[in-house]
Amino acid sequence: MGDSKDGVKGKRVVFVTVGTTCFDALVKVVDSQQVKDELLRRGFSNLLIQMGRGSYLPTKSSGDDGSLAVDYFTFSSSIADHLRSASLVISHAGSGSIFETLQLGKPLIVVVNEDLMDNHQSELAEELAERRHLYCARPPTLCQTIAGMDLKSLVPYSPGDATRVAKLINRYLGFPEE
Amino acid sequence: MEKNTGCPFSNLSPNLGITCFIAFITVILVRVLYVIYWTGKPLNKRSPQQTLSTLIVLGSGGHTAEMINLLLVLQKDRFTPRFYIAAATDNMSLQKARVLENSWADSQSGVERISAEFMQIYRSREVGQSYVTSVWTTLVATAHALWLMIKIRPQVVLCNGPGTCIPLCVIAFIFKVIGIRWSSIFYVESIARVKKLSLSGLLLYKLQIADQFFVQWPQLQRKYPRAHYVGCLIFVNKSCVSESIKAQQADTDIVQTQDQLPNIRT
Repeated sequence: MGDSKDGVKGKRVVFVTVGTTCFDALVKVVDSQQVKDELLRRGFSNLLIQMGRGSYLPTKSSGDDGSLAVDYFTFSSSIADHLRSASLVISHAGSGSIFETLQLGKPLIVVVNEDLMDNHQSELAEELAERRHLYCARPPTLCQTIAGMDLKSLVPYSPGDATRVAKLINRYLGFPEE
Repeated sequence: MEKNTGCPFSNLSPNLGITCFIAFITVILVRVLYVIYWTGKPLNKRSPQQTLSTLIVLGSGGHTAEMINLLLVLQKDRFTPRFYIAAATDNMSLQKARVLENSWADSQSGVERISAEFMQIYRSREVGQSYVTSVWTTLVATAHALWLMIKIRPQVVLCNGPGTCIPLCVIAFIFKVIGIRWSSIFYVESIARVKKLSLSGLLLYKLQIADQFFVQWPQLQRKYPRAHYVGCLIFVNKSCVSESIKAQQADTDIVQTQDQLPNIRT
């Protein structure tokens, strides 16, 4: 793997984020032995979980015995730093988390919360998965996705910009083009 | 008998009343049609120095982030003064707008003070509220929205959902009909809406309240032909992009391949 920078430190972090929501189903599934084993097998060394307002507490582990090191916290003002230092991000389907991760060019698995009533958020994740910018999973299928994912096949996301909207608004209002 | 003597007048008066009523309704209808006819028609050319008072309705979370991205590229000297409105239960959005306005104020030499106001609006219905009490809260919220709109009377309304913007846009439309203020209403549907419009978006599109309607996915534009497809609003500044792409090439397993997202390329 071309992971020279992380390789030196010997750390390959999986960062799990649920944003400001409560998504115990995701925390529970990443804390399961099955998923942890799979992550270890795929060469990851650390699991860091941002668990938000959820009530399920994962089991912490130092990882000294060759297992996956697990740590968690509820909220942090430096989510961006955690994203930056991660080698893989597993996120809830909020558009903020998705685009922040994609803009940093990090491999991303989005896990859709099946318990939400108005689940239009899965639309975005599925569309971006179809365009191969990320992987989309549900809590029961996460382990399978991790086992089967090919990070080399992901297509980097090129960020958009708002200038076109601004141009159309200006043109509509009769302002001269710049 | 008395009735007969007053006959010509008393017979006429109910007719007159009905006639007046019909005339009134007709005038209103014609005016509504007139407003709808002109909705979406570009305004006349104006000088670049002219300023327009602008109402910015902040949604929450992702909606606010998208709006801030739009504000970053709009000419702040044209869209001034700016009025920000967010739901009373949402403290983060106004905070973000304040940070943005302060950063603009800092970058200016202080000769010209940037004019911005921040307001909160009652929501007509909180999540989980019962329908009985929501009749009352809707009345209160509408009255509050009306009061704010009378104070602001914006020339430009910028909104991108969710529901908070609906009463404000409807009032802006009524102001057009009555002739209080002719405003231009712009709505940007959220990036999260890929196949279907949100309820707010659908209302503003179908009722022809929004002058310009923007969507961020091409398949939505095909479904709603009056909408303009503008690509993704979310962006990071250019140096950041190249840096992250560099970092990504060195750091992660992603390889650069043909980009398939039909974005506007920089």
